[in-house]
Amino acid sequence: MSLRPDLAIIAAHLPAGARALDIGCGDGELMAALRDDRGADVRGLELDPGNVAVAVGRGLSVIQGDADTDLAGYPDQSFDYAILSQTLQTARAPDRVLDELLRIGRYAFVSFPNFAHWRVRLSLLWGGRMPVTRLLPERWYDTPNIHHLTIDDFRAHLAERGVIVEGAWFLSGDKQTGGAAANFLAEHAIFLLRREQSKVDRG
Amino acid sequence: MLTTPSSLDQRFGLSRRVVLPGPLRLDGGALLAPVEIAYETYGTLAADGGNAMLVCHALTGDQHLASAHPRTGKPGWWQRMVGPGKPIDTDRYFVICTNVLGSCMGSTGPASTDPTTGRPYAMTFPVITIRDMVRAQALLLDHLGVARLMAVVGGSMGGMQALSWAATFPDRVEKCVVIASTARHSAQNIAFHEVGRQAVMADPNWRGGDYYDGDPPAAGLAVARMAAHITYLSEAGLTEKFGRRLQARAQKSFGFDADFQVESYLRHQGLAFTDRFDANSYLYITRALDYFDLAEEHGGLLANAFRGTATRFCLVSFDTDWLYPTAESRSIVHALMAAGAPASYVELSSPFGHDAFLLDSPELDRVIHGFLSAGR
Repeated sequence: MSLRPDLAIIAAHLPAGARALDIGCGDGELMAALRDDRGADVRGLELDPGNVAVAVGRGLSVIQGDADTDLAGYPDQSFDYAILSQTLQTARAPDRVLDELLRIGRYAFVSFPNFAHWRVRLSLLWGGRMPVTRLLPERWYDTPNIHHLTIDDFRAHLAERGVIVEGAWFLSGDKQTGGAAANFLAEHAIFLLRREQSKVDRG
Repeated sequence: MLTTPSSLDQRFGLSRRVVLPGPLRLDGGALLAPVEIAYETYGTLAADGGNAMLVCHALTGDQHLASAHPRTGKPGWWQRMVGPGKPIDTDRYFVICTNVLGSCMGSTGPASTDPTTGRPYAMTFPVITIRDMVRAQALLLDHLGVARLMAVVGGSMGGMQALSWAATFPDRVEKCVVIASTARHSAQNIAFHEVGRQAVMADPNWRGGDYYDGDPPAAGLAVARMAAHITYLSEAGLTEKFGRRLQARAQKSFGFDADFQVESYLRHQGLAFTDRFDANSYLYITRALDYFDLAEEHGGLLANAFRGTATRFCLVSFDTDWLYPTAESRSIVHALMAAGAPASYVELSSPFGHDAFLLDSPELDRVIHGFLSAGR
């Protein structure tokens, strides 16, 4: 079983034996990989009960819940890593979800589709229609992605909040691409984040 | 560890009973002795004892988990879940189900004979708690030679026992399955039970509980069951099943017969219940439920009940259950998170209210089967 490229990057950079929380874990694909390949102690949060049932059937510990409302129950710094893959743009309050991630985990992995990818820009510029692409396959009315963002939006937000970027990876057509022109060339971004030191100390 | 094959061991099988010398120290302070436990076992205990599982029954349930009820002839109360090839697979697991302390299907309860008087305990039976039921089950496991359970599984009051097991004997429980349950009885839960108890006590046949030589307080117990039964169903379920339809008549009688189908149904449920259940047991077990507050037993903080536990938890609630609603399961999940315990939780959708945990639910089957078989 090969992982989705963004998940593979997260799996490759999670230290063996780490304690991780996968928020929006789906049917537990990444969790299973982290457990089996990295020996991680991993827990999940997932909205869809069918997905939870599949993940529980894999022997994973998954709680049905909503990233927007159910992260408050996790104690501060209770995980080494909090993971939010392809879920940020579906949150009602992505900024608060990000705050929660950095409160719950000492580090946070965040991955999201880049709305400033050139294909998306072209589609909107020339087609005049909301883009429907491989990574954004839904139409405007049925998409779960209610807070589209670009890599530059995210970078600016992190700078405003004083969040420290420990690492960043960018994907174009499942291949890694450089950071410089990522906002134009990358379909996908994965960030490894932590809070500024003073906040970590207080937490 | 066992010298006798379990198939030949008289301790194992259907319709077993054992008198344990005790004494059992109860939460209320009393010492209970002897302690008789009626139970059934299914499947074969593995040589290393590693496949033993305890299934706990609900308020009016019994040890006939997957075997015909001796009085009603009906199939076991969880026959759809427990058996060869079922989610709780008796080809793989050794499954134990005991009649809880205080009940009336063979375990010591208010209808049992008080050895000091030679008469039924009736209301001199000590008030018991969920944890007392669990401690009595632990005595039985000692008798069966089961040191550690690979799982404790229960719905409703059975779920409370499962939680109490995990909190009281964390080293004896590997996995804990809690379905449609709660960590404490709410004011509304207590209120409904008090209506039921007062209905029993208002029946002139109750006679302060000393009715064992005469007619039991069947009318009062039937009313108690009727009130409780409403809480097991959802409004949508009742509407779908009965609506305002009339019972075997074309128009209202302008009297107080059971004009409506729902009235006839409840009367039948109430009456049928009195054939199989002891009214005093109903008082004692509802009291045990009302007293249940797992956080209170642990300094007021539910997370303390699970601090440092290695038990894995799986909780399931149903969206139309208003007796033990999803919010109650979620608060248990939050406590487990705070304690760092490995926990899974899912809210399943069903139109059937609290009773959903006993009814056909492929999703529940999948969750239970997956959770139990994972890592084995």
